[in-house]
Amino acid sequence: MLVTGIILLFAFGYVGLLFAIAFYGDKRADMGKSIISNPYIYALSLAVYCTAWTFYGSVGRAAKTGAGFLPIYIGPTLTAALGWLVLRKIIRISKVNRITSIADFIASRYGKSMTLGGVVTVIAVLGIIPYISLQLKAISTSYLLIKQYPRVTMDVNFGQIPFLKDTAFYIALLLALFAILFGTRHLEATEKHEGLVAAIAFESGVKLVAFLVLGLFVTYGIYHGLGDIFQKAGRLETLKKLFVLENRIGAYADWSMYIFLSMLAVMFLPRQFQITVVENINEEHLKKAIWLFPLYLLAINIFVLPVAIGGLMHFEGVAVDADTFVLTLPMAEHRQWLALFIFIGGMSAATGMVIVESVALSTMICNDLVMPILLRKFTRQLAQRSDISNILIVVRRFSIVLVLLISYTHFHLIGEFYPLVSLGLISFAAVAQFAPAILGGIFWKRGTRLGALTGLIAGFTVWIYTLVLPSLVQAGILSPFFVSEGPFGIALLKPFQLFGLQGFDHISHAIFWSLLFNTGCYIGVSLFDRPTALEHSQAALFVDIFRYAGEIDRPAFWRGKATVPDLRSLLEAVLGKERADEAIAAYAKGQDQDWERTVEAEAGFVGYAEKLLAGAIGSSSARVMVSSVVKEEPLGIDEVMDILDETRQVITYSRELERATRELKRANERLKELDRLKDDFISTVTHELRTPITSIRSLAEILYDNPELDMLKRKHFTGIIIHESKRLTRLISQVLDFQKIESGKLEWKITSVDMANVIDEALIATDQMIKDKHLTVNVQVPDPLPLVEGDPDRLVQVMVNLISNAVKFCEKDTGIIDITLFVEKDHIQVDVADNGIGISPEHQELIFETFQQVRDTSRGRPPGSGLGLAIAKRIIDFHHGRIWVKSALGKGATFSFTLPIRKEKWAL
Amino acid sequence: MTGDKEKVQRLVALFLAGGVFFSYPIISLFNLQVFVFGIPLLYLFIFVIWLVLILLIGLATRSGSRGAGKRSLG
Repeated sequence: MLVTGIILLFAFGYVGLLFAIAFYGDKRADMGKSIISNPYIYALSLAVYCTAWTFYGSVGRAAKTGAGFLPIYIGPTLTAALGWLVLRKIIRISKVNRITSIADFIASRYGKSMTLGGVVTVIAVLGIIPYISLQLKAISTSYLLIKQYPRVTMDVNFGQIPFLKDTAFYIALLLALFAILFGTRHLEATEKHEGLVAAIAFESGVKLVAFLVLGLFVTYGIYHGLGDIFQKAGRLETLKKLFVLENRIGAYADWSMYIFLSMLAVMFLPRQFQITVVENINEEHLKKAIWLFPLYLLAINIFVLPVAIGGLMHFEGVAVDADTFVLTLPMAEHRQWLALFIFIGGMSAATGMVIVESVALSTMICNDLVMPILLRKFTRQLAQRSDISNILIVVRRFSIVLVLLISYTHFHLIGEFYPLVSLGLISFAAVAQFAPAILGGIFWKRGTRLGALTGLIAGFTVWIYTLVLPSLVQAGILSPFFVSEGPFGIALLKPFQLFGLQGFDHISHAIFWSLLFNTGCYIGVSLFDRPTALEHSQAALFVDIFRYAGEIDRPAFWRGKATVPDLRSLLEAVLGKERADEAIAAYAKGQDQDWERTVEAEAGFVGYAEKLLAGAIGSSSARVMVSSVVKEEPLGIDEVMDILDETRQVITYSRELERATRELKRANERLKELDRLKDDFISTVTHELRTPITSIRSLAEILYDNPELDMLKRKHFTGIIIHESKRLTRLISQVLDFQKIESGKLEWKITSVDMANVIDEALIATDQMIKDKHLTVNVQVPDPLPLVEGDPDRLVQVMVNLISNAVKFCEKDTGIIDITLFVEKDHIQVDVADNGIGISPEHQELIFETFQQVRDTSRGRPPGSGLGLAIAKRIIDFHHGRIWVKSALGKGATFSFTLPIRKEKWAL
Repeated sequence: MTGDKEKVQRLVALFLAGGVFFSYPIISLFNLQVFVFGIPLLYLFIFVIWLVLILLIGLATRSGSRGAGKRSLG
């Protein structure tokens, strides 16, 4: 005997456990250690799709129609296959635009239209009410049944129970409390509820395990396996028909229509949108979820038919509603703990749905129905209030309670006349109306606001006419003649055989007509409508989301003027000071601007603020609020067309791409060349360093090993060592100099310079070299000589480099170096000519390049680092002069450079 | 993105295949009062195709990064 107290203890204890899980999930999220951020939890939470309909209703459906329960789960599997194409796009769009509900999605797509958002919300709320009512009915029925344990009786009548004594009423209130606590805890710009998702995932686990345990119990506990059940049923004519579909074309059409319907429902039910899109933490999770979720659906369906047939055989001749087999079978077998577990499993299926659905609907009601009305009426007053966030939260909480109370009323008035699945299918048909506007909206740019609006209203009207009005007949509110004869006796308008269409069941019939009208109006009106600029830009943003994703915040679509303080106070009013500060700081981090001082907000910031607001109050409301502080200059249609015109865009892109590619190629070649030169340079320098070091070392070794060496040789050797060391020092200082010049670290000491002195000094410095090779040097300098401006030491360095360069290439003894200085109009020119081997024309340009040396295969590499001329060129360049060489092979070379004359000192 | 395109194509192909297998007329071929391994043929057919479809979806999402060498065909 199960005492009522124990049942209630478990029921409320279970909801208490949900509270604990949700609380823990929220706490972990606040600490930044999410427990739901993985594909498995995501897939489990998607299974909120399986409600009491699945848990209790599927068996009832299977008991009537055999395979008829399956399309509802096959459809989502097919949708999952398209998930990577369609759902990922919807998720990306919603993330980028901070969309938090279906109504917001559609409104935002069609030019942030308030009307559209409102219409979608109304459709969603009215459409979902029967579905929530179904869950309450399931909870209520299962409670009334299990209370009478172990008696299995169907004489329970909800209508007679005053609501204050009805457990379902209290469960509904408790669920409202749960939804309020974890669904509207605070206003988030992202609208994520980690605790809630954690609880939902947990519920999905419970209901699957419960159903599988029951399935195993019925199949292997009551019967002897699947084969046994099917074999026994196969002998009964009444049950045999459940193993096949009706063999008529209408039955197949119904079958396919249900698959199609559930394909749409799994995307567009508000709770599925909430869990799949809004609560999605990482797009990548979708990858695993699109096969794990169907696998879940398959698992929970395996035992549906065996349980249905088992129940039908077990209760043969007894009036037991097939919708309750799941619970009544273990009760009839006197398994009280199993029955209790099943009761909890059924609750988990129902509560999960109610919670998420009511949160999703409350967001819509608040953001797309109530806020727009408030904003339109009290724009100014609201913009000045500092506590809009409180208003929003109150509106949402109120909406949750309202939705649950209406559902509860529906359950009492109408719900009891329908089997569970039929109630759910009516809701499926309602949300299917969103399909043309959403799917068209993300793949077809031409769809317009007016088209979507007409389509939705047409489809919804047909839905009401073909499904809702007949349900009122059943509840006794309308005359039965409405269904049997048609309104005013017009047979063509019979709600179940509209325009005489027959052969479908009620749902398929309604789906066919409503979606036909809906899609027809959507496409037809769109094609004859002209979209506004905003519609056009939103259309492009949605359809080309993966193209625009990276640059979505660019201000191209908004030219407005607003002040940062205005926007900041707006954000603070809606999000609260703390969150607003965080958000602004996050934006400022990406920009280098002083945000405390900036007054005029740039367009990017305006867009960012609008998106933040959109997350909290919906895109159309956000637009109105931002407009109240922004002096917007709307873009003309031509400008938007210019920005968005696809072909133009593509052409510009490809041109830019080509140009960028060319530049990259060039840069790459240049880099490769530099790299090669750097290698050459390093090998040259190290070679040059090694030569003197080798000779220094070997001579030092000789001196060390032979202490008895005579004085003369000793002196000779140490002389060479000193000479080589000097060469080494020179080389190193050249490298250092060059590095300094290149990096701009060299300090120049600019004074007036007499070039005659410079040449003298350079000759003194190179005297030894010249004498060693027995060369002749002729110097011709005119007198008087104008002064030049420059760094004397560096100019000496230039002369030294040129002279030593000449020395290098002159033959010993016969070499002649001519140094000549001319004065021209505004500059002086110095020539350093030699009669050495000369330089071939192709090398003459390269010779001043960094790291370049003229290589001559017959003579090998000339001595020196190859830096001398490069340094000389840098120094002359710095003095605004010019340096070049004239030469022919075998005829010597003439290096020349010019330096500008200091004008005012010319008199000297 | 080519890997992703490949993936989308495979998944769309699976979607189409699933749509064909679960609709008239293919489904009518299995709509018979016959038992295979003691299980009604229609159910066996639906659940097997369903399971295969799910596994192929799983396979299609996993491959792609492993290159085009591995192809999944229904």
